[in-house]
Amino acid sequence: MANISIKRVRKSYAKTEVVHGVDLEIANGEFIVILGPSGCGKSTLLRMIAGLESVTSGEIAIAGRVVNDLEPHARGCAMVFQNYALYPHMTVAENIGYALKVAGMPKADRAAKVAAVAKSVGLSDYLDRRPGQLSGGQRQRVAMARAIVREPKVFLFDEPLSNLDAKLRVQMRHEIRRIHNQIKATSVFVTHDQQEGMTLADRLVVMNKGVIEQIGTPEQIYHAPASTYVGGFIGSPAMNFLTGQVAARQGAVFLGDGSRIALPADLATAHDAALVQIGLRPEALTLTDPGTGAFDAHFDFVEELGMARLYHFRFEDLTLAVMAADKVQLVPGQAMGVRIDPASVHLFAAATGQRLLPRPMVQTEFAMS
Amino acid sequence: MIERTPILNLVTHLILATGLILMLVPMYLVFVAASHTLNDVTSIPPKLLPGDQLWINLQAAWDKGHLGDRFANSFFVAIGVMLGKIVLACMTAFGLVFFDHRLKMPIFWAIFITLMLPLEVRIVPTYAVAANALLPFQTLLDVTGISWLVNAVSGVQISLEWNLLNTYGGLILPLVATATGTFLYRQFFLTIPEELVEAAKMDGAGPLRFLWDVLIPLSRTNIAALATIMFVYAWNQYLWPLLVITEPSMSMVAVELGRMVPKFTATGGEVAKWNIAMAGTLIVMLPPVVVVIVMQRWFVRGLINTDK
Repeated sequence: MANISIKRVRKSYAKTEVVHGVDLEIANGEFIVILGPSGCGKSTLLRMIAGLESVTSGEIAIAGRVVNDLEPHARGCAMVFQNYALYPHMTVAENIGYALKVAGMPKADRAAKVAAVAKSVGLSDYLDRRPGQLSGGQRQRVAMARAIVREPKVFLFDEPLSNLDAKLRVQMRHEIRRIHNQIKATSVFVTHDQQEGMTLADRLVVMNKGVIEQIGTPEQIYHAPASTYVGGFIGSPAMNFLTGQVAARQGAVFLGDGSRIALPADLATAHDAALVQIGLRPEALTLTDPGTGAFDAHFDFVEELGMARLYHFRFEDLTLAVMAADKVQLVPGQAMGVRIDPASVHLFAAATGQRLLPRPMVQTEFAMS
Repeated sequence: MIERTPILNLVTHLILATGLILMLVPMYLVFVAASHTLNDVTSIPPKLLPGDQLWINLQAAWDKGHLGDRFANSFFVAIGVMLGKIVLACMTAFGLVFFDHRLKMPIFWAIFITLMLPLEVRIVPTYAVAANALLPFQTLLDVTGISWLVNAVSGVQISLEWNLLNTYGGLILPLVATATGTFLYRQFFLTIPEELVEAAKMDGAGPLRFLWDVLIPLSRTNIAALATIMFVYAWNQYLWPLLVITEPSMSMVAVELGRMVPKFTATGGEVAKWNIAMAGTLIVMLPPVVVVIVMQRWFVRGLINTDK
């Protein structure tokens, strides 16, 4: 059990810097998910914690001890790899017990431990098989068991579910969460799948282009994205963005075509005349009769989601998605009003993409922690 | 060859059959020649069916060539060369693939270039080294003036000597370095996923542990392929043993086989006993054939590198 403290960590390959100074405090027993698109530096960060990549500058400490120059196995981390990285010539039991064998644990103790861990992940019947004879999900379990058996202080996951099919992925996700609740080891999980991130994380870390965009609980990240990037990245279907200018006296944002979108009063007064981007979640919009909403948009096509429908509209030269539970019969080109609840509007500065808050001088709990 | 049409099939089979006949006919002729008396062998037209003298000829060849002793020598040398090559090539490739250092590529290319320098090309310098394995060091000491210095200071004349002529060491060591083997291992090691290396690191296995526990078990088929090739290569060595071995008791079978065919000279000399020579050929050929047959399955797998 250990906390992880990452301070001003940078990573460069030759002259290209890929991680530009990351600060992150991970509490003991916490499940952290680092989320970001490919190439954002999330895997590099994880590998630096593991010790598989050197740290160019800055400091990584595990349980209060700086580990920058420690060998991977000396850091007390266990890692689950994307492609499982099982030893193909060893049986499941040998794979799970290899770290213990290297550490010099007597054979009998080892066998007992391997058996116990294998049982906890449901592999008891497969101990004599080789990885080649297992399915993807079973291999994933072996990889998990191999990590668990070492009783690590820190669990590292490098996109461990991305090679599984959708159903298995959900199942393994639940299993990972269950195991975490059992053994309570500090965990860092890297993924590009926002659903995985949202469902697994105690706290999410959203990364983009080598910097942390936002750190927060899944709820904070969803309801108060710190930037247009986070807003657009988190949430499926994706957030709609419109540009306009705040007018404090009218308590609203005016779009290019003169449409008026009401804002909460404190938000409008704090940013009078600011050029802004407003973010609107499809699930926060409602359809209404033409002329009665904030503006009218023209129907394009609909996607059936099962529990709801996603209606795509054209507005000016933009596309706008509205999620609605009710079935509405629309023909392409038909105008519909879009009603917007002022409380659901996310306001971002047009120039920087940063979230605008009611009182800009005081950072609220939703700001970058 | 993905395409399959009856005509293409026929053509490919014809090519295969031709190749097989070209390979087998000489073998058959050796066998036929080994089973006749000298008179029958040299008669014209040549006999094309086996005779009844095979066992007698084999015995004669065995005794004449002292093949009993020579077999032991050849086995010792062939196995020594084989093991040496496997170990050395494995370690070299390990160093070239899994460690990052600036000289990695130059070293690899230097090794690769030696593929173009077979023993025959460098035989004179190699002989000089075998005659005194410490000669390069002596030269180094002389050129740098260290031996002069030592002589001047202490009055001791440094002269290093380690003669490998007429020893197993002399037969084996110059043949042990192998670019082919290094290359084969390197290509295989390059297919090992990076994650496997990292998993071993996370599990706490150091480089040697990783080599022993992961790489060597995974490269079993490669080792088998290399062992087969190298055993046959070493067994068939002729020129090098001929050069370094002057002591008859140290000789190898291939050399002895050559001696079974006396040269024709203007002054006459012994008549070449082809039937005995061919019987000797049959005997000498046997071990490589057995090795190839036994190792065949592994051998093919090791060279085509299929996934497991």
